[in-house]
Amino acid sequence: MKYAGLLVMPAGLFLVLAALVLFPDGPARGGFAACGLAVEVLGLVVTIRGNMPAREAHR
Amino acid sequence: MIEGLATDNQVTLGLVMILLAPLAIAGVALVNTGLGRSRSAAQALLGNAVLIAVAVIVFALVGASFSGALGGGHVALNVAGKSWNLLGLGPVALSGFGKSEVPAQLRLLLEIFAVAFAVIIPWGSGADRLRLAAGCAAAAVMAALIFPLAAYWIWSDGWLATLGKNFGLGTGFLDPGGAATIHALGGITALVTVWIVGPRRGKFPREGLSTAMPGHNAVYVVFGSFLALVGWMAWNVAGAVTWMGTGYVLIQTALNTLLSASGALAATVALTSVRFGKPDASLCSNGWLAGLVASSASAALVGPLGALFIGIVAGAITPLVVELLELALAIDDPSGAITSHAAGALWGLFAAGIFAPGHNQLLAQVVGIAALLGVFLPLVYLLFAILNKIVPFRVDPDGERMGMDLHELGGGAYPEFVIHRDESYR
Repeated sequence: MKYAGLLVMPAGLFLVLAALVLFPDGPARGGFAACGLAVEVLGLVVTIRGNMPAREAHR
Repeated sequence: MIEGLATDNQVTLGLVMILLAPLAIAGVALVNTGLGRSRSAAQALLGNAVLIAVAVIVFALVGASFSGALGGGHVALNVAGKSWNLLGLGPVALSGFGKSEVPAQLRLLLEIFAVAFAVIIPWGSGADRLRLAAGCAAAAVMAALIFPLAAYWIWSDGWLATLGKNFGLGTGFLDPGGAATIHALGGITALVTVWIVGPRRGKFPREGLSTAMPGHNAVYVVFGSFLALVGWMAWNVAGAVTWMGTGYVLIQTALNTLLSASGALAATVALTSVRFGKPDASLCSNGWLAGLVASSASAALVGPLGALFIGIVAGAITPLVVELLELALAIDDPSGAITSHAAGALWGLFAAGIFAPGHNQLLAQVVGIAALLGVFLPLVYLLFAILNKIVPFRVDPDGERMGMDLHELGGGAYPEFVIHRDESYR
């Protein structure tokens, strides 16, 4: 799961960059970039969840 | 931006400020040591020094050629009619340093201190179980590749710095004090280090809440924060001189740094007093540092009231993020670096976009934050996971039980004092 999250994060960045290239200055550009950042946050959450240690795993 | 360093006075001021900036590194090294356990204190403080030495050497020999500090060519992609500069290709091993322009020399000196700062941030998070050899290897990888990439993108003529020219986003991604290149990068690396090295033994027992493992010396922690405050004011002024070159904003930059730190400390003291009944020294110091980190992004760009607000928010979120990481996400970060450096930096960078003048500056900052999360976190994870196979990050169980001082150095930091055994935490 953690590797899936790590792959989702660059995908979010590509959405942000796509917003810059595809949209002229305006609210659509900001909205699309915000969606890309939200995808990155989703990937981060998945990565964090995948890296949570099992209790007692390191005793 | 560097062309702004027009006069000898500005060069002298920049050099003096850059030479004072390492006080911030010394302060954070002391905080890292104080927040670890007493049986690992000597290894922690010596480790900070050794990591700095490794990073400085590797960056001087290899990394500086990729960061674009001394000029040279670059690797670029042409996409959608724009040039996306990805990596600098300057002289190797500082060849020609003495013949380069004085502003470029200043810039390189600041970058060397910046990489030294960035590598000690994850060292604090791996306290009490991260091996010195692994810390050195991680510092070498950071100094050779990861930091130069970030420095080129943000401080040189990389694609983030040229967002303003290419896409009309303000003046490009702004980070004069190193909130992104030093602190966000260091904090992200700290998070990856904690994931790879795992929590300390007994930190997350089978039943109940996580075990509290308080730092062994609150005096180190608070005094380290004092040192950091002095160094940070110099660092932010040095960053403003080096990257912006303007004279009038320098005094305000120092004032803003102080206001941001003060607001953060006041907010953390107030919040922990309400939350726990009494203020907590280590949390308050982390809040103080978070205010300083947030000021790195914004002190040269915003007004005094904006700086105060940014600091208050940074200080207020610190105890909340520390609790979230430890209690909800089982992330064992003894130094609080992920909170104070990563979270503080990301907030500061975002706030700089809100408060700094310039059309679409906020979007430029959002793109920069997206690049930090979307490129550097996966990249660091990949490199450190490979590195962990070659140089194991975590000390063996006997070494952890014995303490890093005895295991790695053969002697403790406090030989005349009784050291707590692990059982005392249960």
